[in-house]
Amino acid sequence: MLAAVLTIGGIGLVAAVALGIAAKKFAVEVDPRELAVLEVLPGANCGACGLPGCAGYAKGVVEGTIAANLCTPGGAESVEQIAHILGIEAVTADPKVAVVLCQGDNQKATAKYRYLGLDDCNAAQKIADGPKACPGGCLGLGSCERACPFGAIEMTPEGLAVISREKCTGCEKCVAACPRQVISMAPLDAMTHVLCNSHDKGAAVRKYCQIGCIACHICKKTAPEAYKVENFLAIVEYEHHLEAAAAIGKCPTKCIRDFSTGYPQGSSYPAPSVPVNRDSAA
Amino acid sequence: MTTMKQKTFAGGLHPPDSKKYSAHKPIERCPLPDELIIPAAQHIGAPAEICVAVGERVKKGQVIAVAKGFVSVPIHASTSGEVIAVEPRLHPMGRPLPSVVIKPDGADQWDETLKGNDPEQLDAATLKNLIRDAGIVGLGGATFPAHVKLSPPQDKAIDTLILNGVECEPFLTADHRLMLEEAERIIDGIKILCKVLAVDKAIIGIEANKPDAIEYLRKECAPHQIQVQSLKVQYPQGAEKQLIDACTGRQVPSGGLPMDCGIVVQNVGTAAAISDAIRLGRPLVERITTITGPAVVEAKNLLIAIGTPLSHLVAQCGGLNGEPAKIIMGGPMMGQTQLSLEVPAIRGTSGLLIFREEDLPQMKAGPCIRCGRCISVCPIHLQPTTIAAYARLELVDEAADYHALDCIECGCCTYICPATLPLVQSIRHIKGGILAKRRKL
Amino acid sequence: MDNQLYLSSSPHIHSGETTDKVMRLVIYALLPATLLSIYFFGLPALSVLLICTLGCLAFEALSCKLLKQPLTLSDGSAALTGILLALNLPPSTPWWLSLLGAAIAILIGKQVYGGLGYNPFNPALVARVVLLISFPVQMTSWTTPAPLGSGIDAVTAATPLGEMQTAVMLTGKLPELAISGYTDYLLGHMAGSVGEVSALALLLGGLFLLFKKIISWHIPVSFIGTVLVLGGIFWLVDAGRYPNPIFHLLTGGLLLGAFFMATDMVTSPVTCKGMLLFGCGCGLLTVLIRLFGGYPEGVSFAILLMNACTPLIDRYTRPKIYGQVEPQA
Repeated sequence: MLAAVLTIGGIGLVAAVALGIAAKKFAVEVDPRELAVLEVLPGANCGACGLPGCAGYAKGVVEGTIAANLCTPGGAESVEQIAHILGIEAVTADPKVAVVLCQGDNQKATAKYRYLGLDDCNAAQKIADGPKACPGGCLGLGSCERACPFGAIEMTPEGLAVISREKCTGCEKCVAACPRQVISMAPLDAMTHVLCNSHDKGAAVRKYCQIGCIACHICKKTAPEAYKVENFLAIVEYEHHLEAAAAIGKCPTKCIRDFSTGYPQGSSYPAPSVPVNRDSAA
Repeated sequence: MTTMKQKTFAGGLHPPDSKKYSAHKPIERCPLPDELIIPAAQHIGAPAEICVAVGERVKKGQVIAVAKGFVSVPIHASTSGEVIAVEPRLHPMGRPLPSVVIKPDGADQWDETLKGNDPEQLDAATLKNLIRDAGIVGLGGATFPAHVKLSPPQDKAIDTLILNGVECEPFLTADHRLMLEEAERIIDGIKILCKVLAVDKAIIGIEANKPDAIEYLRKECAPHQIQVQSLKVQYPQGAEKQLIDACTGRQVPSGGLPMDCGIVVQNVGTAAAISDAIRLGRPLVERITTITGPAVVEAKNLLIAIGTPLSHLVAQCGGLNGEPAKIIMGGPMMGQTQLSLEVPAIRGTSGLLIFREEDLPQMKAGPCIRCGRCISVCPIHLQPTTIAAYARLELVDEAADYHALDCIECGCCTYICPATLPLVQSIRHIKGGILAKRRKL
Repeated sequence: MDNQLYLSSSPHIHSGETTDKVMRLVIYALLPATLLSIYFFGLPALSVLLICTLGCLAFEALSCKLLKQPLTLSDGSAALTGILLALNLPPSTPWWLSLLGAAIAILIGKQVYGGLGYNPFNPALVARVVLLISFPVQMTSWTTPAPLGSGIDAVTAATPLGEMQTAVMLTGKLPELAISGYTDYLLGHMAGSVGEVSALALLLGGLFLLFKKIISWHIPVSFIGTVLVLGGIFWLVDAGRYPNPIFHLLTGGLLLGAFFMATDMVTSPVTCKGMLLFGCGCGLLTVLIRLFGGYPEGVSFAILLMNACTPLIDRYTRPKIYGQVEPQA
């Protein structure tokens, strides 16, 4: 019994001493500021800054090779903290959020064909440009959902991507993952959006979608400052997003929506608290 | 017939060949439809540029779109008639693409300026230009411009020409019928090809399930020093790399071309088209296509004018028996599904295959059980399930390390997978990712 | 109106071979051994078989429900695991132990890793080994076969391998039985677990699997071959102490292991070279454990140890691809 205790204890002691020596002897010099910066980053390794991970970004920021305000998930708070650590001036970017510019799920938009195969939007898009008849509509196979490092995207049972405004950090991973550019970045405080991505003429849109923009210009007439119509698609001018709300009830196809009143049908997300305040410290 | 040992390659499988529906049907000329839709993009490489306008009258064989660049060929009118539209029309690729729509005048009159030549009197460079001007592309389905394959760089010595008469895709019998009925044109084309490439060794590779074609061609080829090689019935015996391995024992280096091991491969149909192009001066305006599948009333091998809508071909075969659920241009292993029967048959249309709902396999994908069947059938000896797993995780570098780019997309792995995983589609997807990443760097 | 045509990536036909079909064929291949064991051991064997199989199905259904995953009973893998587990237990196993085994096999052996296809170890063997180590008394009380209707009572006895080990340990010599009695082993007249007793029935099932191309020859041949060669070498060195290779072959579930357990696709390598290596490793470990280890039987441990090496083997046995040379510049 005693021998066993001594043996195990002895091995432990020798190993501990060896490890201690090794740690001192082979220690890698790290700039303490780098560790401090890494500490204030969210640690999601999402790549929004353009570097593979948070450690790489921390190193770059400390070395001065990359700007200090590129961490969108960290928001204004982390920018200020980084600025404080490095003794530089904080230049925060306006917080952004990803918006799915489509409401045409499998119930509301028609399909060009029935797709069989890999559950991936990019793979489906390669077959006759995707199964949705609308060339800009959400394919609903969840490539953005899988790309999101923050679990902010869910697919409704009817095949539409919905992004939680609370969970989205604006890293733009989903924008890159979507083969049809359905997802666009918008200021976080803008609540009113035209949820359509089809540049087809109104007559064509009517054929394949019950809820698409038909370029009738009613929104533009209601709130001329807040809307522009380009290539048969109305777009909110986000500098005037407050005025945009006036046209919500006027849109004949109901493709203008206010997120403060809730998410599209089928989503499990609760309606966002208005206004979403992601950077309480800012 | 002597029982010679059948050559083959390592890997592959043998799906039911389903050729009995059309193998015994002689080639039949398909009457002209009401309108021909001739797209400007019918080959690998830059699409041709349309050079006719609405209202213009064209003769059969007249150029209606000119080649753009080296890897490109001109497109010709498939019959005489009036150009009634130049507009995007639904293309077999699945989207509307620029096309010339011709209303046939019924005379089917050739362009008088087209003149035949005696190939003996012409040099290799002239022959190659004539082949290009005639719009000859690989008729096996890949539609790679023939003149490009016939122009190896100076440092690549070519010693062997292989003619692909394998037709390993199930259901298709167009090449089989061509070999039985048009051996003379094929042999003439081979001799022209040998002259262009300055080689004297030509091998015709034919799968052993076409004993009549092997026997007949052996007899016909005997005086011409062209070897006819019987090959084991094994899919994808007709894939370029596998065919080269089976016929010569050589392997095309990874990432390379057949010319890197001294070989040029052409389809037998391409050889016949080259004979017409030189001797008769006739460009590629028609081809043989197999119209088959459980949904087609009477399977046939049709000689069709390029641009004939698929619906017209189906009507020639007695129509459909049942609601079509899947329309496939090409064979069932590598063919492309179509959005509608209104798309035209083009130069690469080796077959039209139509399935009903009940003929489709039930594919409810489950988890990979690591059975290793995909590995044992892969003719390139890849590990499809590993690459597909990397593809699901978008791990581009790892997939490239497992040689994803070498995949020939033959479909063996997906065909055999007991978990019915779309392996080839995953590999195709990650191949796109690898190439995109390489372009970025 | 939606277009009703299907579009997909090629190929558009399928072999028709599916996972549930594969599992079903393996279950068919186990039928001769299963039926024979019911004949030999009677009701106890039947109850072990039933409890394990139904238990595995129940635990699979339960875990699918808990994890909110679609029900996967129809793929047949749970039933197969249950049968394999039963065949690896003594016929006298109490009902609660069988049920515990089923729970370990499905929950710990498979579902915690993500279900079918993701488990690193053979679930049935995980359960057997856990039970063997935790309940050595129940797991090593063997009985001789008492064929149905023969009127013979089952009596407690050691397995041939157990008998051999005890004898060698006590006297340094092989017992009598180990030198004769091959016909008994071949047909199943020996004490042992439910499924290992009839070499002939197992061989029949294994050949069926080979014939149906469900398994390839690589693992069984290299596994059994290694055992025969290695066992043979030891036997030639000292025939008095080490049993002859045929004894190795016919006892202790080597055939069950080689044809049905080691060939489990999920936990064995995917390449031909890898499978050969895997089989050799299994054979080597089996012989070493049998002759020099603390347990009389080594097949289960050998396979589990080699399961752990599978990812490594796969990594180092990548096949050479077509045309794998530097492309000429």
